[in-house]
Amino acid sequence: MDRRKVEEGIFRVLMVLATGLILSSLVMILLTVLVKGLPYLSLEMVTQTPRGGYYLGKGGGILNAIIGSLYLAGGATLLAILFSLPVALYLNVYSRPDARFVSVCRLAFDVLNGVPSIVFGAFGFTLMIYFGLRASLLGGIIAIALLILPMLIRAMDEVIRLVPRELMDASYALGATRWETALRVVTRQALPGILTAVLIAFGRGIGDAAAVIFTAGFTDAVPTSLLRPAATLPLAIFFQLGVPVPEVQGRAYASALILTLLILIISVAARRLSRRLTRHVVK
Amino acid sequence: MENRAHIRVEGLNVHFGSEHVLKDISLSIPDRKITAIIGPSGCGKTTLLRSFNRLIDSSEGVRVSGRVMVDDENILDARAEVTHIRRKMGLLLQRPYPLPMSIYDNVAYGPRIHGIRDRRRLDEIVERFLSKASLWDEVRQRLSQPASVLSLGQQQRLCLARGLAVEPEIILGDEPTSALDPQSSQRIEQTFTELKSDYTIVIVTHILRQARRLADHVIFLYLGELIEQGPAWDFFNNPKQPMTREYIKGLIS
Ligand SMILES: Nc1ncnc2c1ncn2[C@@H]1O[C@H](COP(=O)(O)OP(=O)(O)O)[C@@H](O)[C@H]1O
Ligand SMILES: [Mg+2]
Repeated sequence: MDRRKVEEGIFRVLMVLATGLILSSLVMILLTVLVKGLPYLSLEMVTQTPRGGYYLGKGGGILNAIIGSLYLAGGATLLAILFSLPVALYLNVYSRPDARFVSVCRLAFDVLNGVPSIVFGAFGFTLMIYFGLRASLLGGIIAIALLILPMLIRAMDEVIRLVPRELMDASYALGATRWETALRVVTRQALPGILTAVLIAFGRGIGDAAAVIFTAGFTDAVPTSLLRPAATLPLAIFFQLGVPVPEVQGRAYASALILTLLILIISVAARRLSRRLTRHVVK
Repeated sequence: MENRAHIRVEGLNVHFGSEHVLKDISLSIPDRKITAIIGPSGCGKTTLLRSFNRLIDSSEGVRVSGRVMVDDENILDARAEVTHIRRKMGLLLQRPYPLPMSIYDNVAYGPRIHGIRDRRRLDEIVERFLSKASLWDEVRQRLSQPASVLSLGQQQRLCLARGLAVEPEIILGDEPTSALDPQSSQRIEQTFTELKSDYTIVIVTHILRQARRLADHVIFLYLGELIEQGPAWDFFNNPKQPMTREYIKGLIS
């Protein structure tokens, strides 16, 4: 038989296998969470904070962790956008594309992107000690912001790079400054990609446990101040899974289900919003 | 040329890295006429056009020397203010690049960044320049739609209106019809002829017939050197340089 045909066949099989493997593990994860968590999911879980003895199987819910996670990931994402968008714009609009500095920056962000989240947690913790801050919502926000910053910068960088030079030239030719061009033309044109990047960053932020374990602390109350500790869903899952009571372990899976649904709802809402915001993008 | 020169280039040299792209170019572009820059591709036409409004600054590894005088100001001077220079010139690229916003906002973009906020004035500007670019009748009902819904030809006229809205004195076109169908090209050409009583127009083209149809003045570049420039009639009917003669013949036959 033709050698090239055999090659073609082998790679086909490999690709189908890989795709199947990934899809089936995804389905299995979702199924596990669903099967184990759904029986324990109740209105009480999402509307109440833990009551005394919650972690021993008594009543209450994880509203503290749901709200805490939303505050934390939301705050961290906002903070990270505030820093990453200017950096990504700087790399593409302000600096010359051939500059050494730019490629060094890109490399640095890629390396930071690979640093495990516990290291960001530890770094955030060191910063907090330096500033005399205790484990708090603010501390967690800073640690998560640091964690998602490199990926957010690189993801935005990649989409902003795709904005045609001629589009920028068109703006410059009208007498616009780089600042005006970056803000009014480049950002708008890259908005769909930027929103996707933000969404992925938010997902990574809300799902991370290691970066918040020292920095945000944990509490049974809904956070009311940036300087108070805040509970998070990943830590709530972790604590509940560690308790050798079936009821509590079941609730851990229910919490995981809540986290998954939360991300799903936010993604869908963001996509809706982005379709409205991006109808002007030029293809 | 008895007419006043609007742009005067003196000893312009442009290097990209080690490549010498424009070699000691001196020329003048007459006021309120259509000037065509012609020559085979890669000879430096785009580069010449981009040095007129300093867009060339953003190219990698570029070195520019010489003088480009516009209204008696050397725009290559390091002290010259680029946004002010660029406002004097509207630019059309080889392909239309509408900004990622509505038709209205595309035209209002320039006036807005130059400080016009009043809605009524903006409305008036948008209508006036869309009409000048002969696009108003086609878009008046859908000004709030994204510019990307327009056809390529309409987009190019939108880009023209957008450029005119900052009230330039000069219109630069870099093969502005090369991406368009014949009918749209013809409309653009017609618009140019209408505009030349108010504007100095410089178009780069590699279509000799277009240069013959439109140009009052012709500049011929070859491999980065200026071969010949002069009034269109003389240029086409009585070229002085043998190379010009060959170029004209070569492309006609
Ligand atoms: N940004 C750039 N960097 C390096 N070389 C360039 C750049 N722009 C143009 N050139 C070179 O300059 C020469 C002239 O290009 P150009 O002005 O685009 O020619 P034309 O518009 O007449 O086709 C070409 O050889 C091209 O390779
Ligand atoms: Mg060109």
